[in-house]
Amino acid sequence: MVERMGSARFWFAAAFIGLLALVPAIAAAAGEPYYVTVFSRIMVFGLAAVGLNLILGFGGLVSFGHALYIGIGAYSVGILSFHGVTSGFAHLGTALAAGAMLAVLIGLVCLRTSGMAFIMITLAFAQMFYFLAVSLRQYGGDDGMSIAARSDFALVSLDQAAVLYYLIFGLLAAALYGLHRVVHSRFGMVLRGCRANERRMVALGFPTLRYKLAAYVASALVCAVAGVLLANLTQYASPAYMQWIVSGDLIVMILFGGMNTLLGPVVGSAAIVIIEDLLTAFRLGLPWGIDAIVSAHWMALLGALIIVVVLALKNGLYGWLVAREAGAD
Amino acid sequence: MKRLLALAAASVLALAAMPAAAQIKIGFIATFSGPGAALGQDLYDAFMLGIDHAGGKLGGQAVEVIKEDDQLKPEVGVQIARKLIEKDRVQIVTGVIFSNVMMAIHKPITDAGVFFIGSNAGPTPLTGKGCSRYFFSTAWNNDSLHEPMGKLATDLGYKRIYVLAPNYQAGKDAINGFKRYFKGRIIDEVYTQVNQPDYAAEIAQAAAAKPDAVYVFYPGGMGINFVRQYQQAGLLGKLPLLSTATIDGTTLPAIKEAALGAITASPYSPDLDNPQNKRFVADFQKKYGRIPSWFAAQSYDAAQLLSSALRRTKGDLTNKERFRAALKAADFKSVTGPFRFNTNQFPIRNYYRVDVVKDASGQPAFANKGVVFKNHADNYSKECPLK
Amino acid sequence: MTSSLFFTQLLNGLQLGILLFLLSAGLTLVFGIMNFVNLAHGSLYMMGAYFAAAAYRWSGSFIVAGLIAVPATLALGLAVERVALARLYSRDHLDQVLTTFGLILIFNEVVRFVWGSAPVYMNVPSALAGTVSLFGLPYSAYRFAIIAVGLAVGAGLYLLIHRTRIGMLIRAGAANGAMVAALGVNIRLLNSLVFGLGAALAALAGLMAGPIFAVQPGMGEPILILTLVVIITGGIGSIRGAFYGALLVGVVDTVGRAFLPGILREFFERAIAQAAGPAIASMLIYLLMAVVLALRPKGLFPVKHG
Repeated sequence: MVERMGSARFWFAAAFIGLLALVPAIAAAAGEPYYVTVFSRIMVFGLAAVGLNLILGFGGLVSFGHALYIGIGAYSVGILSFHGVTSGFAHLGTALAAGAMLAVLIGLVCLRTSGMAFIMITLAFAQMFYFLAVSLRQYGGDDGMSIAARSDFALVSLDQAAVLYYLIFGLLAAALYGLHRVVHSRFGMVLRGCRANERRMVALGFPTLRYKLAAYVASALVCAVAGVLLANLTQYASPAYMQWIVSGDLIVMILFGGMNTLLGPVVGSAAIVIIEDLLTAFRLGLPWGIDAIVSAHWMALLGALIIVVVLALKNGLYGWLVAREAGAD
Repeated sequence: MKRLLALAAASVLALAAMPAAAQIKIGFIATFSGPGAALGQDLYDAFMLGIDHAGGKLGGQAVEVIKEDDQLKPEVGVQIARKLIEKDRVQIVTGVIFSNVMMAIHKPITDAGVFFIGSNAGPTPLTGKGCSRYFFSTAWNNDSLHEPMGKLATDLGYKRIYVLAPNYQAGKDAINGFKRYFKGRIIDEVYTQVNQPDYAAEIAQAAAAKPDAVYVFYPGGMGINFVRQYQQAGLLGKLPLLSTATIDGTTLPAIKEAALGAITASPYSPDLDNPQNKRFVADFQKKYGRIPSWFAAQSYDAAQLLSSALRRTKGDLTNKERFRAALKAADFKSVTGPFRFNTNQFPIRNYYRVDVVKDASGQPAFANKGVVFKNHADNYSKECPLK
Repeated sequence: MTSSLFFTQLLNGLQLGILLFLLSAGLTLVFGIMNFVNLAHGSLYMMGAYFAAAAYRWSGSFIVAGLIAVPATLALGLAVERVALARLYSRDHLDQVLTTFGLILIFNEVVRFVWGSAPVYMNVPSALAGTVSLFGLPYSAYRFAIIAVGLAVGAGLYLLIHRTRIGMLIRAGAANGAMVAALGVNIRLLNSLVFGLGAALAALAGLMAGPIFAVQPGMGEPILILTLVVIITGGIGSIRGAFYGALLVGVVDTVGRAFLPGILREFFERAIAQAAGPAIASMLIYLLMAVVLALRPKGLFPVKHG
């Protein structure tokens, strides 16, 4: 899926990214610093979803346990800070190293299975590490741990919300660019080939396991970076970041945004966060207490929306946009 | 494409649609779902009754209470605390039932210079070294809550006790507090997972150890589950069950007769004999159809405390030191008896022995059986640098 | 640690295993025969528990509660299957995961709306409120009843699957669904039957779990995860696998939770050992599953595909 210059989709993507770049300025002008926090959150989860989409959308591997790597990233920051290591480079380095090591080991085991078993075993590994984090009582266990200060990246201080925002934005842009190159490279073609018809790829002589493993590790590393950013944003690390519900949320974001595109998951992340924000503050003055019901039980509406999107829009919101445009060609 | 633009526009509008109010905004954080839900509801209902009794305002100022559910999850607590501070721009936060949530949100709230009136959880780390000039408690330090039972257990002649509590800050504090005043031997301390539903395994271990009595701290739904399973295992009546914060106003309706004969220690009993308590209990019962628990009493006190402080500063929150002094004066009459603040801004108060007996209509009810500790201060005020 | 204590914990593990078996039996059939990932199975368990709690409160009789809850959940399950899930049988697993995930959200909110967020408590039926004496040990009569009922249902299921015509069709469907349809069997009816059976078993589990666990929104998810582990370990589509897998998981979890803290306390501070114990016991279950999968990728008692 090449973004051609001049196509509607290209302009949408450009506008979306442009808007993201301007959020801190708009927020400052409107006097609402809260925007910066909300959009930081959107981008962090969008980044994780983008990572997952490498293997889910392009590789056809439904991993229900990628939240595990978010947790690895978050706890890298948390545990190192706890022991007095505040260097952001150390945090990032540890997250990437630990993430890579675990992803290789877990990937080797999981990729032996496929289909339903793959979904379940990825879920199981995430649960395993969730319980491991819960058992680490000295690092807060179930209750999680507060992180005293944000990562120290020498040149910049992340204490300012806007600075952290641009760091996240920069890393998201870098990830998008990197994945764009990967997907349109030979590696990417093999990966997409594996999704379409693995037997044929094997018959053609490709070591499919190696390609899938490499993609799995790459996607895990993106999630680990997202975890480091999440810990900085909330100044908190908790086993809850690794729960299967979070993995489910990432998949829903990919669904809403479209799994055949790179930017889709970020759009999906924005959609989910904005829907949540809109519905929990629902105050249109409707009769029969509908307002209160909607704001209290908004998750039911989200669930219904997910079902409708799955049954109706086969490629998500953004992918639907793609399909429309492709159909018009 | 148009649809996406509309969504974007709507979201911008939604985020911007905030009323510019001259009211004082108070963020109310408590657990409103799961096994702790009844506790959060008591806390909230009593706070609103307190506003009612103060004439629909606090200290003559119009207030807006923004209620948020922490779901007994510290990470959710952190998120809603930040939302309350950054989006809703509250000047005061109150509530918080559980110590794990309290531990997570104490720093973000006090760092932002927002006044925090805790009406239940009082984790030990925040009572001593971690105290903050912006944090006041109308409840107790977690240890102190369990110290009276330690003394009672000694007085009742128990020599060997088996102890169980949930594995979070409050559980550890509970056992520490109990140990400080219990002169016998603790044969084992068991920490179970928070919100664990099934205690069959732990109850079997406790019975096998053959103690003189079992002491537990299980707030909310955990307590209901534990006492019911204790009864199902045939131990009720055979192995004495001592507890604090387990059989209280919120859990008694579910435990019912299984609780008769229970001995508890508490900062409050609904039958305390002072005029403000009589009014409180009568109106609470009339408005909400149930007897208030100590959670309710502490939250009602929080409303009264805020009212008194706001009256003193005439609603001015810009001068924080002045508001803090107004709070510190604690110029109100607590429903729980004598009340004043220690240097660490935690209360100096009475603790009572409260038994569960049959009331006039044959229903299980709480009866105050005397003061165990009078004007009791917590053990950690010396570690707090505040004056 | 005495042997009687160990025996009691073993019984507790057995009781948990039986509950897991009731849930896994239905789910493994749905997985195996319809190749359908149904994450909403935990929600059916939850609905069974809520219907039972409401019926118990209304009628005062545990038996009546069961007679109302099980058919009601069965009907609910069939309705959901016809309306939402049937069109997903031919879609890929991701769509099934997402749809049933959406259903979980909806069910949790519906329950919260109707019954509130606070747990609903069910009393143990008074006939079973006492204790029975097993080899001189007092054990809760109610939990013993759960084991008895579960074993009876297990035996019934075995007879159904291995001794009746319907059971033969189910086994054939699990081995090769397309062939069964080609042979002229009404596959839609068979699918509905299997789904309904699963829903009924889940409802029974919910009914029996009600007095022990708190009946609250979201109670289905932790059990669902354990159930998924049981099914993968035991073998998808295999009732025998579900049975042995469930017992294994139940016993490992309970015995681990009971005795690991004591073992860990030799090395660590008390509060740390107490937190680590149950967590490591939980990890053991997943480790077990991973080891089983590494050695026998199709589970312990896989269905032989013809």
